[in-house]
Amino acid sequence: MGEKPFIQIEKLRFSRAESEIFQGMDMAIPRGAITAIMGPSGCGKTTLLKLIGGQLTPDAGRVVIDGQEVHALSRRSLFRLRRRMGMLFQSGALFSDLSVFENVAFPLRVHTDLPESMVRDLVLMKLEAVGLRGARSLMPAELSGGMARRVALARAIALDPELILYDEPFVGQDPISMGVLVQLIKRINQALGLTAVVVSHDIKEVLSIADYVYVIADGGVMGHGTPQALSSEDNPRVRQFIHGEPDGPVPFHYPAKGFHADLLDMEGAR
Amino acid sequence: MIAWIARLGRATLNGVEALGMAGIFLFQSALGFPNREGLRLWLRQMHFVGVMSLAIVLVSGLFIGMVLALQGYTILVDFGAEDALGQMVALSLLRELAPVVAALLFAGRAGSALTAEIGLMKATEQLSSMEMIGVDPLRRVVAPRLWAGFVSLPLLTIGFSVVGVWGGLLVGVEWLGVFEGSYWGNMQASVSFIDDVGNGLVKSLVFALVVTWIAVFQGYALIPTSEGISRATTRTVVYSSLAVLGLDFILTAVMFGDFV
Repeated sequence: MGEKPFIQIEKLRFSRAESEIFQGMDMAIPRGAITAIMGPSGCGKTTLLKLIGGQLTPDAGRVVIDGQEVHALSRRSLFRLRRRMGMLFQSGALFSDLSVFENVAFPLRVHTDLPESMVRDLVLMKLEAVGLRGARSLMPAELSGGMARRVALARAIALDPELILYDEPFVGQDPISMGVLVQLIKRINQALGLTAVVVSHDIKEVLSIADYVYVIADGGVMGHGTPQALSSEDNPRVRQFIHGEPDGPVPFHYPAKGFHADLLDMEGAR
Repeated sequence: MIAWIARLGRATLNGVEALGMAGIFLFQSALGFPNREGLRLWLRQMHFVGVMSLAIVLVSGLFIGMVLALQGYTILVDFGAEDALGQMVALSLLRELAPVVAALLFAGRAGSALTAEIGLMKATEQLSSMEMIGVDPLRRVVAPRLWAGFVSLPLLTIGFSVVGVWGGLLVGVEWLGVFEGSYWGNMQASVSFIDDVGNGLVKSLVFALVVTWIAVFQGYALIPTSEGISRATTRTVVYSSLAVLGLDFILTAVMFGDFV
């Protein structure tokens, strides 16, 4: 992590409906590498991506992308910055009224004045990269979950972004499409040399492709390092998470009074 | 007591805040129209919002015209005034029934569909992904729908009136035997273009704005879950129906109430 990080997050605070999700978190995401952000469900991983993309505004702290402070930008400059980012949403988020081809062509059509033949070539190149050139005339409703995510990936890289954000790319995938997605993320990153942020809790898959890993929980960073370093981490919370142990610092039981006392308590019905 | 006052204050503040948000929302979306791409999207929405509502609006117009003629005839014939049937049917339709009933039907047919569609786009993250691609969903998704609703409801209202007058003719003249010359003649003599047709159109423009505004705002601001979508769809129909009926009273008082 020698050079200046691509994304710098400083003292980030964010709360939603009375509960504080981030309590002054710091994070540095290196340029040109795949950084994984992992953590238990509900710890704010997706929220973090939305903060990076400027869709949510933090209560305090800064998010700086390549020297630009995201939340200090005007709406127009923010939209300009977003053209340099791609984001793959959990559900794919394809536009349901447009075909696969038109979905991938959408960013090109709205942001460039390329002639139709050039748009066609670019779209076919992106679809070829995700292996779905043959599915170009299908509608999103006709795709399987894995295919939809691959089309969304093609759309996210349509404008050749410098940064790509993946929101839970592996959730609910069968082993084959999971393998395909893992390969694609790795390959696309190598081919385009972009900075990638992968939010996920599929540990095995993520550790196999990530260059750097952050584990977040309880409003801050619990541990970070290379995948090898994290696997031999001493911090019991990180260990429990990385090795998927059912009980540990994060308890198996929801807080309750003693089991024995509860069983004998005839007064307080239920 | 203090708690009650605090609750009242909070409710008022929340109401004002929501109204302000809806106002900014309307302003930002309405700006997102005239350009070439916007025109294409608007035409598409004119089809979904306007053309697809045509059947229910026209069929209802026909029946309401027929019922008006039937009810009107049974009363007018007692006074030997059945020649005034055309005038009665036309004035009731143009001033009141066409704008109000068309708006209520529009809220049920097109308004609820707009809310559900935009809500579903929100729930499936399509609006977020549009933002991340660098396209403002207010301009791309909301504006064409808002403008399509605003233009199509007045047109539907005109269709409602025309078919209603024809329905009155079918029942009054063809069935009950009112003289056709007096049906049309009395109508022509008593309907003023500015006061009756014009005011009816102004009403339907106001209703169009309010119903479509409520529908797209409810869709855009809903909680993106299946429960949120169903609640917002219900709210669209309830709020727009109440708004249409309430505004109708105010507009009628302003337009036709100067005889006091």
